[in-house]
Amino acid sequence: MAEIKHHLTDQLLMGYAAGTLPEAFSLVVATHVSLCDECRSRLGEFEAVGGEVMMSAGAVSMSNDSFAATMALIANTPEAPQKRYAKGIFPAPLQDYVGGDKDDVRWRPVGGGVRQMILASDGGATVRLLHIPGGVAVPDHGHRGLELTLVLQGAFKDESDRFGVGDVEVANEDLNHTPIAEEGEACICLAATDAPLKFNSFLPRIAQRFVRI
Amino acid sequence: MTEQKTPARAEWLDEIYAVRDTQDQAAFARLFAHFAPRVKGFLMRSGASADVAEECAQEVMATIWRKAALFDPARASVATWIFTIARNRQIDMIRRARRPEPEDLPWGPDAEPDQEEVLVLQEETNKLGEAIAALPEKQRELIQKAYFGDLSHSEIAEQTGLPLGTIKSRIRLALDRLRHTMR
Repeated sequence: MAEIKHHLTDQLLMGYAAGTLPEAFSLVVATHVSLCDECRSRLGEFEAVGGEVMMSAGAVSMSNDSFAATMALIANTPEAPQKRYAKGIFPAPLQDYVGGDKDDVRWRPVGGGVRQMILASDGGATVRLLHIPGGVAVPDHGHRGLELTLVLQGAFKDESDRFGVGDVEVANEDLNHTPIAEEGEACICLAATDAPLKFNSFLPRIAQRFVRI
Repeated sequence: MTEQKTPARAEWLDEIYAVRDTQDQAAFARLFAHFAPRVKGFLMRSGASADVAEECAQEVMATIWRKAALFDPARASVATWIFTIARNRQIDMIRRARRPEPEDLPWGPDAEPDQEEVLVLQEETNKLGEAIAALPEKQRELIQKAYFGDLSHSEIAEQTGLPLGTIKSRIRLALDRLRHTMR
């Protein structure tokens, strides 16, 4: 496992633990946590807070027949077999969305050699896979909201740092950046945004209307 | 041995093991009596109607029965584990959204958790509960609201002053140990 240098914020881990993040962000959190023991244990801590909050929220009596109803539920619900894909570069939560691993992604071109697959879009937040050939830049863009980018293959660099496999960049609207995939192997990342990316030049803005980036 | 406090029993573990190993309905009934009303109360505080919260709490308890073998006491207390199940069922049943979950860590053949680690994790979880109870009311409310879903995640950014860090290192230890036994 590569050494991970860029982690999730407390805010995101707490939101995930509380179950209040949009699905798009939850997928990035679950995927990063699958790769990162540090964030898995930090998440465990926020879940422990949730457990304590739940235990002190105040009990409300269950209905009289609730225990029998639960035992009937146990007896009558067949075990749902969980679909498992062969081990690849994508952790299990991401494989579930893709329906497989790297070779099963249904890529669509978005221009400049960059390809994407949109995985989920809910409550204004969208999560997609991006495939950026080595040495290629994703057009200079700022954000109107929060953007999470998790690297799954290769690496990218921007004005702030280098991001390798397992690293997650948390960018807010203050960060105007130009991520460039490192030379060599294409960079594959999982990116979630809660607002459309806003490109800083005229042409990509037009393209944006067609490619939903 | 020198005189010291009686070590805290890791609460509800015997019941979980009894459900896991012998499908013990009496042990499950004790878990049910303690946790089901609290799960229901939590779901109602989070905005569910009494009927929906009742149904969801039954589903949560059924999941505990089915997944007892997956519970890892070196990484979470029973209350923490039940909270995560309740939260997932809530997203699934009440918000009707999909809930991506981190990949499970596979258990090694001899990965029975160390009793000492289990007890320390339990103790630290208890301390966390006490620390939450001892917070100034405003801060405690902020944390509760975050978990009841009454705060946006930007509001959660507020500092809460919780003694976070100890449970984290405990879980980290358990993960390291797990990875080690897997090697």
